[in-house]
Amino acid sequence: MYNEKVIEVFKNPKNMGDLEGANAIGTVGNVTCGDIMQMSLIIEEDIIKDAKFKTFGCVAAIAASSMATEMIIGKSINEAMQIKNSDVVDALGGLPPQKIHCSVLAEESIHEAIKNYKEKHIK
Amino acid sequence: MELIYLDNAATTPLSSKALADMTPYFISEFGNASSLHEKGRMAKRAVEASREIIANSIRARSNEIYFTSGGTESDNWAIRGVIKASKNNVKHIITSAIEHPAVLNTCKELEKEGVLVTYVYPDKNGLISVEDIKGAVNSNTILISIMFANNEIGTIQPIAEIGSFCREEGILFHTDAVQAMGTLDIDVNKMCIDLLSMSAHKFNGPKGIGVLYIKTGVKIDKFIVGGEQERGKRAGTLATPLIIGMASALEETLSNRESKNANMILLRDSFISDVQHNIPYVHLNGDKVKRLPNNINFSFEFIEGESLLLKLDLDGVAVSSGSACASGSLQSSHVIKAIGVSDELAHSTIRFSLGNNTTREQMNRALKILIKNVETLREMSPLYDSKKKEGKYV
Repeated sequence: MYNEKVIEVFKNPKNMGDLEGANAIGTVGNVTCGDIMQMSLIIEEDIIKDAKFKTFGCVAAIAASSMATEMIIGKSINEAMQIKNSDVVDALGGLPPQKIHCSVLAEESIHEAIKNYKEKHIK
Repeated sequence: MELIYLDNAATTPLSSKALADMTPYFISEFGNASSLHEKGRMAKRAVEASREIIANSIRARSNEIYFTSGGTESDNWAIRGVIKASKNNVKHIITSAIEHPAVLNTCKELEKEGVLVTYVYPDKNGLISVEDIKGAVNSNTILISIMFANNEIGTIQPIAEIGSFCREEGILFHTDAVQAMGTLDIDVNKMCIDLLSMSAHKFNGPKGIGVLYIKTGVKIDKFIVGGEQERGKRAGTLATPLIIGMASALEETLSNRESKNANMILLRDSFISDVQHNIPYVHLNGDKVKRLPNNINFSFEFIEGESLLLKLDLDGVAVSSGSACASGSLQSSHVIKAIGVSDELAHSTIRFSLGNNTTREQMNRALKILIKNVETLREMSPLYDSKKKEGKYV
């Protein structure tokens, strides 16, 4: 069902855990659906300096979270906001159709974290 | 790394004795059991000897055993066949909410065709109450279909009680015994069973062959039309080698059933207690006592079943999951939900099913691998975080 790339990312996820000094945190999903994704970012002068995730979810959700963190580190928040779920899917070399929603969660968690940052820092 | 296969409720490896017994019937004894010549008669004799072995195993008569392609076909045939043969204007079936999809989806299809179906719910351990079945009966009830033992949580149902009630009421009783064959003692007469489904690959037989037991006198329509095989009820050239393999595997399984069951129960119960002692926030699903000897089913809080399944797989332990994601449907297991487990926990469910050859050494290794991976995934889980922050976790 999953390609080798997805399995590889799942096996060795990048940027997993809590992020000390995070100034932007976004949590999306719900337990009923079986997926919760938490994205923590350190943003300095609108640049994402670091990102870490924590995920309760399936193989695709964990792989998508990991891939999303890799895609946004070093980007400006405007650039990060442009990342679509399909970009995450492409970076993973594809996801099974019923797992596409996991990539949507990854996109939403980035948006949610940046929204959280803007609420706190851009008044 | 040697694979630890703990998914025997999904399928079992073919017994090497069964393979040896069936092999000649692919090549030298290839005859069609319906042919009149010696090659055909040879196949026919082997088929009939197998039929007798299978009949004896459930105390049925040979002419009550009908070969099918497997458990799913047997379930489809039993239910559809009885409904089609009934002359009632209104037709009512009672089944349970935790049946195999082969039964549930057949019933759902029949509902679209105007048949009325009542789905009886189990208690929190997965047990169906005879009283609930009695309460669901009405004058139009023609069939009750309750599985012998559940495939996900292993709960063994009160089949004899349900059977004797059905017999008194003149209602036909079907049981899907796919998971029970080979481990549990089944007597279709004592248990008043009218129809029973089984599948060979669950007891080390080949895939693609099963049986529907139909008690003499039960009115049931034919299922597949064509030639006159299986007394005109189920057409199609008999799968001689598969039939031989099924009977051979069954005979072998039953030959030392008691000692194999005792061994599996020992391994099952120590694994359950080891998990409960070593991993916090776990929940055993299913009845502790009325349980298949080979079934273990746990929900692990804060982690999702499919992720755990794959982690275990990467470490060489094969299990299955009741989680939504693993099935591809995004719906978590209907069985786990029917016993009242919350959606969150339903997503966190893993089934370990032992086989005849599972060893203590394998179970000990599986336990270590399980503990490690549950920890890894919990460290990754934001749900576990909030639990720790509540300070409840030690």
